[in-house]
Formats: sequence, C-alpha cells, structure tokens
Amino acid sequence: MKVAVFVKQIPDPTGVGRLDPATHLLVRDGAELVLDPGDANGVEAALRVVEANGGEVVAITMGGERAAEVLRKAMAMGAGSAIHVADDRLRGSDALATARVLAAAVARSGCELVVAGTESTDGYTGTVPAAVAELLGWPALTFAKALEVDSGTVRIQRQTPAGHDVVEASLPAVVTVTGAINEPRYPSLRGIMAAKSKPLELLSLDDLGVPPDEVGLAGAGQEVISAAPAPERAAGELIEDDGSAARRIADYLAELKVI
Amino acid sequence: MGLILIAAEVAGGSPSPLTLELVSHARTLGDEVAVVVLDPEADAVLPALGAHGASRAYVGQERAYREHLGQPAAHVVSALVDRVRPALVLFPGTQEGRDLAARVSARLQLPVLANAIDVTGDGDDFLVRSSIFGATVDVVTRTRSRSPLVLVRPKSFTATASGGPPPVTEVLPLPAEAPLGARRLESVVAPSAGPGLEEAKVVVSGGRGMQEAANFEVLEHLARQLGGAVGASRAVVDAGWVPYALQVGQTGKTVKPDVYIACGISGAMQHLVGMKGSSHIVAINKDPDAPIFKLSDLGVVGDALKVVPALIEELRARGLS
Ligand SMILES: Cc1cc2nc3c(=O)[nH]c(=O)nc-3n(C[C@H](O)[C@H](O)[C@H](O)COP(=O)(O)OP(=O)(O)OC[C@H]3O[C@@H](n4cnc5c(N)ncnc54)[C@H](O)[C@@H]3O)c2cc1C
Ligand SMILES: Nc1ncnc2c1ncn2[C@@H]1O[C@H](COP(=O)(O)O)[C@@H](O)[C@H]1O
Repeated sequence: MKVAVFVKQIPDPTGVGRLDPATHLLVRDGAELVLDPGDANGVEAALRVVEANGGEVVAITMGGERAAEVLRKAMAMGAGSAIHVADDRLRGSDALATARVLAAAVARSGCELVVAGTESTDGYTGTVPAAVAELLGWPALTFAKALEVDSGTVRIQRQTPAGHDVVEASLPAVVTVTGAINEPRYPSLRGIMAAKSKPLELLSLDDLGVPPDEVGLAGAGQEVISAAPAPERAAGELIEDDGSAARRIADYLAELKVI
Repeated sequence: MGLILIAAEVAGGSPSPLTLELVSHARTLGDEVAVVVLDPEADAVLPALGAHGASRAYVGQERAYREHLGQPAAHVVSALVDRVRPALVLFPGTQEGRDLAARVSARLQLPVLANAIDVTGDGDDFLVRSSIFGATVDVVTRTRSRSPLVLVRPKSFTATASGGPPPVTEVLPLPAEAPLGARRLESVVAPSAGPGLEEAKVVVSGGRGMQEAANFEVLEHLARQLGGAVGASRAVVDAGWVPYALQVGQTGKTVKPDVYIACGISGAMQHLVGMKGSSHIVAINKDPDAPIFKLSDLGVVGDALKVVPALIEELRARGLS
C-alpha cells in the first residue's frame, strides 16, 4: 500500500518565533528551519505501517524552495519518494487553502492512507488534516497514540482527556499522530546517501489544478491586522535554595491565604 | 450583528464549561445566540444553555454522534450553517471541536481560525485575538467572510448566567446519506485520571526534572496538603510517567489556578500557554536560566527532589497533613 506522510518545515521551535512587522507573516529568513518534530513522529508511524504491511511511504510538503530539505530528511528516514508543492502564489495561504493543496497532492499520489501531525508546532491550528479528510471524503482518525493497519482496516488508540478511545475505520483514511506514538528514528548515513537519489516531484498549482485565486493571501478569508508581543508577566523574586526555600514557599502560600 | 451560532458540547449530562463560556460571551456579540447540540443527551442540557443566553437550539440526538468521529456532525452542522447563515460560528477548542470546525470549513469553503482567546465585533466583521508561539505573541485577525468559523481556547471568557428560558428548539434529523466514518469501539478511562485539574485552586506540576515516575508521589502528597491537583509537562506524559489527562499546555489542559507550582519544568512555550494565566506562579528548578523563572512570582533555584519534601515537612509542621 502507498502511505502519504505530511511533513512541514518550520522555524526551529527552540528558537523564538518572529513575525514580519509589515506582512505579519512568519519570518523564515535567517531562522534555522527544521522538520516539525510532530511530523517526525508521523514519518516514523508511516514507516512502521509499510514495514508491517508492505508498500511505500510518500512524503508530501507544501512550502518554499527550502522545504525540499524536510522531504530529503523524510526520505533519509526511509520514505521512498516525495512530492513538493511549491508556488509563489501560495504565500500566505491559510489552513483551508493548505488543506486544498495537500488534498489535491494526495489524490494525485494514489495513496490510501495519510499520516499527519496532530498540529504543527508553529501554526498549531490543528485543522489541516481533518480538512484534507473532508475534501477527500475520507474518515479522519485523530490524536492517535497507537496505530495499526491490517487488511484494509485502520485502528488507533485516540488520546482523550480521560484515557483513550479505540477508533476504527476502513481505508482510505487520514490519521493524525501525537508525540506519544513513537520515538522517531535517526536517519542513518546510508539513508542520507540513498535519499539523494530518490524521486522528488516538484508540482505547481497548475499541475494540481487548484485555482490560484482561492489560495495564498488572495484567497485568505481573513486578514491579520496586528501582531505584537503578548503582555509579559513580570518576573518576581528569585532565590537560591540554601535550605530555607521550603520555608519561604510556605510563607508565600500563607500570604496568598492558600494555607 | 445577527445570529451567533455555537457548536455545543455535552459532558456528563451538562453543557461543557467551555460551551457555557462561549454562549455567555456570544451575548455580547450578536442579537441572538443559537446553539447546535448533537448528542444523545442534548435534551438534558437545553435549560442550562438557555439560562446562559441561548434563545434557539438545533438538536440532534442520534447515537451516531457519539459512536462516530466528526463526519455525521460535520454533515449536519454544515447544512445548518448554510441555511441560517450565522454572522459567526464559535467552536470549543477541543479535540472534537477542531475536527468538526475543520470539516465544516472544508465543506463550505469557509475560513477557520484556531486558538482564539478573544473575539469582538467590528462593524460587520469580527476581530479575533489569538496567541501564538506559546502565548508570547498576540495576533489580531479581522474576519472578512460570511460565517467565519472560530475555535476558542478554554477559559478565555467567563460563564455568566443570563437567566433566560429554555431555548426554542428545532430537531435536525441526520440524513441517511450522511457518511458515518471512523467508529469508536470502546472508551478506556485511565485509572489515575482524576478530574479536577481544570477546577483546582492549586496545581502542583512536575516535569522531567522530577527524574522518575516514582517521584510524582511527593507531588501528589503536596497537592493533597494544599487541596490541589497534580499536573505535568508533556515530556513526562510522553515518557509514560503519568497519564495524558494530567498534561498542561498547548496540547493538554489550560489551567488558571490561584497558585501554580512548577517543579522541574523548564518552561517551554508549549507548556506556558496552558498555565500562564495562573494568578500566582511558583517555580522550582535547578537551572537559574530556566525560562519558567521569567514568569514566576517566586522562583527557587534548587533541587526539586529536596525542596518539595522539605516543603511537605514545613506544611506538616504548620498543621497540614
Ligand atoms: C506540537 C507540540 C506541542 C506540545 N505541547 C505541549 C504541552 O501541551 N505541554 C507541555 O508541557 N509540553 C508540550 N510540548 C513539549 C514542550 O516543547 C517541552 O518539550 C516540554 O514542555 C518539556 O517538558 P519539561 O519541562 O518537563 O522537560 P525539560 O524541558 O527537559 O525540562 C526539565 C527541567 O527540569 C530541570 N531539572 C532537572 N533536574 C532537576 C531537579 N532535580 N530539580 C529541579 N529542576 C530540575 C531542568 O533544569 C529543566 O529546566 C509540545 C511540543 C510540541 C512540539
Ligand atoms: N504546509 C504543509 N505541508 C505539509 N504538511 C502540512 C502543512 N501544513 C500542515 N501540514 C500537516 O498538518 C499537520 C497539522 O498542521 P496544522 O493544522 O497547520 O496545525 C502538520 O503536523 C502537518 O503534518
């Protein structure tokens, strides 16, 4: 079976995110760009599905030129091929436009299972995968902390506030995974070398037949009017524990009338 | 500003607290507040929704809404939005809410905004404030479409009763052609997943700095002494030390207690987003440069494995067992 995995390139989440004061778009220049850590779990989950069932993993991204780096990374981990949707007209696309593009890429790829992150680390809207599922008319099994595919049936443990639900659907389907699902493998040196010669298909909006006026800033149904640092909480007292810290905390709790 | 529609959620026979927050706030945004309640127990929650300001309710009580994820509800809610053309649709920012809003967005080609912490009217549009990058940046977005869809984070608004009567009800049948999709086979409740974290006045949270699962016992002891609940960072949830129910942060719970005590938690932005609304923050961390200290009212540079047991002793000496 062919399994698509969505991979997104994001500014290094351990750095501080910046927005361009004029466009209010995420500043990607100068920032270290990495594979979204949540999507690394997705790649690992997809690889395990084809290791158990046979088939191939196709990594898919939508993003600028440098986004090809995350496709190479996914292929270094073991994906067999990749699709890169890049088009200047996509700049500023919102979650819905992103979903339209990714859904079109999946349809073209012939995959019958899509694995994605539950939410991206930079945007964390968490709506792209379920919107892709709706556009394709497929079920979405979201928040998976365990995933199993067996003869046309996909079954997950869906993380819930109270524990987990066991959820099942027939393929084709979309699955989103949480960080708890696995420990992503590191690409081996051989994997990194092999990735260089794996097929990477570059597609434009025209290739996918997605109308340009429905994506990018032009298609966005909203407009960012300001982006400013959130009001900061001021830091208070900082003490070194010299054996008396417990007493200080207890006094503080007493001041607050918690005890 | 017309009609504000809210996708209500039912939890244990009542509207979820977040649903009541949304209904209450919607009164300030529109001329009329309507709810769509798709749940076998919908009947039971209508009076409470009315008492918070919903004057109309669209109701469906099929079991499919519990047994299947997202698709049946999306089918019915999309048709409703298309028919009544609300000025704005608010969804609870929960797992279910996200799946539903995403599908409605795709079906109707309407934009969806996530992680809202405030919504206000602006002429015919709405201004939606959301916090990104772990709540370090506030973004204000103006909606420019009909019926924008907005997912709201918990505790952004306060639930206040308006004393209204039960809403006028219309039953929405689930059409036979609606796809059912993914099916819930069973729900497993983790044994230690106690409720209360979101309501607790004191939250004692532990992170990777607690070193191992067994050390969460001292946090439980401290929480008990203070009449509070235990929370955790995602690092220790992913490590399997504690259940996901305890996770505080972007992908976990949002808490706003009187006091939040962070033990061995670095203060990653995805954690801060779930607790920075706490009235008072105490942090214990070995590293004087830990980001958590930037927002703590009382920071202790020290070993949590020593300070927490010492604090338990100190409280015991002050009469708290
Ligand atoms: C998409 C996404 C969503 C996420 N959602 C969440 C979320 O909802 N909630 C969440 O918490 N995280 C979330 N994270 C993870 C987050 O980025 C951090 O990795 C996580 O919060 C770190 O947990 P921690 O502070 O326990 O661990 P660490 O960052 O490893 O910090 C451990 C801290 O303990 C201190 N320490 C060590 N030993 C001791 C000791 N003996 N005494 C005192 N201090 C000690 C260290 O100095 C350090 O500061 C998310 C990440 C992503 C990518
Ligand atoms: N531009 C993109 N390219 C590839 N995958 C994406 C993109 N945007 C979102 N995704 C996928 O959708 C998941 C959720 O993203 P989001 O809905 O933006 O929070 C991510 O973890 C990715 O797997």
